[in-house]
Amino acid sequence: MIQLRNIRKVFNEGRPNEYIALHDLSLTIAAHQVTALTGPSGSGKTTLLSLLGCMARPTAGRIVLQGREITSLPERFLTDIRRKTFGFIFQQFNLLGGISVIENVMLPAYPLGQPFSTLKPQALGLLELFNLAHKAAAKVEWLSGGEAQRTAIARALVNHPEVIIADEPTAHLDTRLSREFMDIMGDFKAQGKTILIASHDPLVHESPVVDRVVRMRDGRITDSGVI
Amino acid sequence: MIRSIEKQRNILDFTLSSLWRRRGKNLALLVVYTLVVFSLGSVMFFTQALKNEAAIILRGTPEIIVQKLVAGRHELIPVAYAQKITAIRGVEAVKDRLWGYYFDPIGRANYTLMVPESIDLKDNEIVVGAGISRVRQVFRGNAMLLRTYDGRPISFLIKGILSPESELLSSDLLLISAAGFRQLFGVPRHDATDLTVQVFNKKEIPTIAGKIVNTLPDTRVITRDEILRTYDAVFDWRGGIMIAILAGAVLAFLIFAWDKAAGLSAEEKREIGILKAIGWETTDVLQMKFWEGMVVSLSSFFIGVILAYFHIFYASATLFEPVLKGWSTLYPAFSLTPFISGYQIAILFFFTVLPYTVATIIPAWRAATIDPDVVMRY
Amino acid sequence: MRKSDSFGLFIGTGMLLLVAILIQAHFVARADLPLLQQKAAVARNLGLTDLCLSTEARYTRHLSQSDWHAAFQSHPLALDHFPSGSVFAPPETLKKSHD
Repeated sequence: MIQLRNIRKVFNEGRPNEYIALHDLSLTIAAHQVTALTGPSGSGKTTLLSLLGCMARPTAGRIVLQGREITSLPERFLTDIRRKTFGFIFQQFNLLGGISVIENVMLPAYPLGQPFSTLKPQALGLLELFNLAHKAAAKVEWLSGGEAQRTAIARALVNHPEVIIADEPTAHLDTRLSREFMDIMGDFKAQGKTILIASHDPLVHESPVVDRVVRMRDGRITDSGVI
Repeated sequence: MIRSIEKQRNILDFTLSSLWRRRGKNLALLVVYTLVVFSLGSVMFFTQALKNEAAIILRGTPEIIVQKLVAGRHELIPVAYAQKITAIRGVEAVKDRLWGYYFDPIGRANYTLMVPESIDLKDNEIVVGAGISRVRQVFRGNAMLLRTYDGRPISFLIKGILSPESELLSSDLLLISAAGFRQLFGVPRHDATDLTVQVFNKKEIPTIAGKIVNTLPDTRVITRDEILRTYDAVFDWRGGIMIAILAGAVLAFLIFAWDKAAGLSAEEKREIGILKAIGWETTDVLQMKFWEGMVVSLSSFFIGVILAYFHIFYASATLFEPVLKGWSTLYPAFSLTPFISGYQIAILFFFTVLPYTVATIIPAWRAATIDPDVVMRY
Repeated sequence: MRKSDSFGLFIGTGMLLLVAILIQAHFVARADLPLLQQKAAVARNLGLTDLCLSTEARYTRHLSQSDWHAAFQSHPLALDHFPSGSVFAPPETLKKSHD
């Protein structure tokens, strides 16, 4: 589904604080599977995730998404593809404060011009899925950690993405909520979605839901997890 | 097409939520901007209305007025000068005018005293303007005491009050007979305040004016044209209040632009980062910023302009009262005819909504181009 | 109601009011014409040269009759009446003289 060929990512190239995040990395992500990326911090997991999710461009190498090369597409097209294909769940949740839960969920769909009349019920439906419908009008500051997590997941789903990307999703969750999260990912897989999770939490990469574990270290893949 | 309308509605929804989050600050901005538009609008409407009204009302003003100057001061003119003027070819008639100022310590205001041509007044009769009536609480049939130049009190009978509709012209007028005037001010019979000249051919006015100055070098001449043009530039922008208002407006605007430009706060930058991360493009973010500016400036514009209109045309421009009245107690209750045009509104719009909106977008440009993966890195 | 709809309503009302004001001003101005003629008649009959805007000083009361020295009529050190004096400038036409 997603192919990375000879990817190299360098930050602050040419400057004294130059940092090579990924060295000549190649990887193919299969569709309808749950792939976990794991490794110590600084291994390049987050950078790899952002490249896989078309959030950033590689310094060198190619990215092919569903058979189509997207490495050198202009920002507008890339953003368009990204928002229709991917749903992101961030480590810090990154919900907008002072705004209601439901509006946070609807936000990714706003620029797509989806009419309010269809968007709102859709967002409510998603919140219902996660038992958050009663909190739709609440401000995000009033949510518990688990509720915020589920809001972030609901937001990631609002544009019906095929791929869900989660960056250290269990970092702020206790064991019970972490297991709950993995169950939700299992449900998505059953629905046919492709899932990418970066996490150093064993609860994640040792979960039965995960089909493949890719291990990384120092910007390279040490174990591609393919048998 | 529908999509893009829906998209703007969506973005506007978010913008309004976003503005409401910091509602204290944004409401304050709204109030300040409304005041700016209100001030500018009020001044604009006021001066325009005055100009138009003056142009119509003062059409019948004397064609030529001749004043005598002594050491740079306007002094009494000998009535005998009229003969020299009558001798000039093209002059139809010369009349002497008596008018002057009287400071009333009781009312604590200056009145303009005039001897009217068209009204017959007995020696002890006066007609006062509505403003005087108001300040002194005197009405038809009342007596009013005035003091002569040498301190003697004389009682005058008020024959009538000038119409309140003409207050813009006559609010402070006190019409008196020639005899009464001379008695009050001690102006001898051979002198007058100034002379008015009527000519046969209006086109000759400048020529005749020049001839008068030649014949009588110690005089100065004011023509009807000059009188009318005085009101073209009423409310000079050179100093004082006008500059203060404009400066205030510009300052308020600059403060705002600075607030925006001095870097969006870290929080705002983070939020833009989140928007980019969840799929908003740079142009989407800029559109949001555009609406941010529009919401405040459009609201201020409408509220400010409408308030300014009511202020000038239905509230006698009361907020200008302290500016114009000064130490005097007399302020005309004038009802100006509303001469406003789409052109004025357009100018107001151009100088308030446009710069404000631009000042919101431009500083946001850089932050809006943030890479979407920035929020992931931290 | 959606927030953007409320805002739209607010602006729509504002625009309508503005248009209404412009229309009303037009009609009032027209209706006022006889009143203005009346005022013109008063000005003509009495030989008036100025509008009664500010009665603080000679040069603010009779703008058209004032000259460069008008402010000094009271006495040479007389300060400009503020703020009314700074709002009105001597007429532009003083800058040219009659030859």
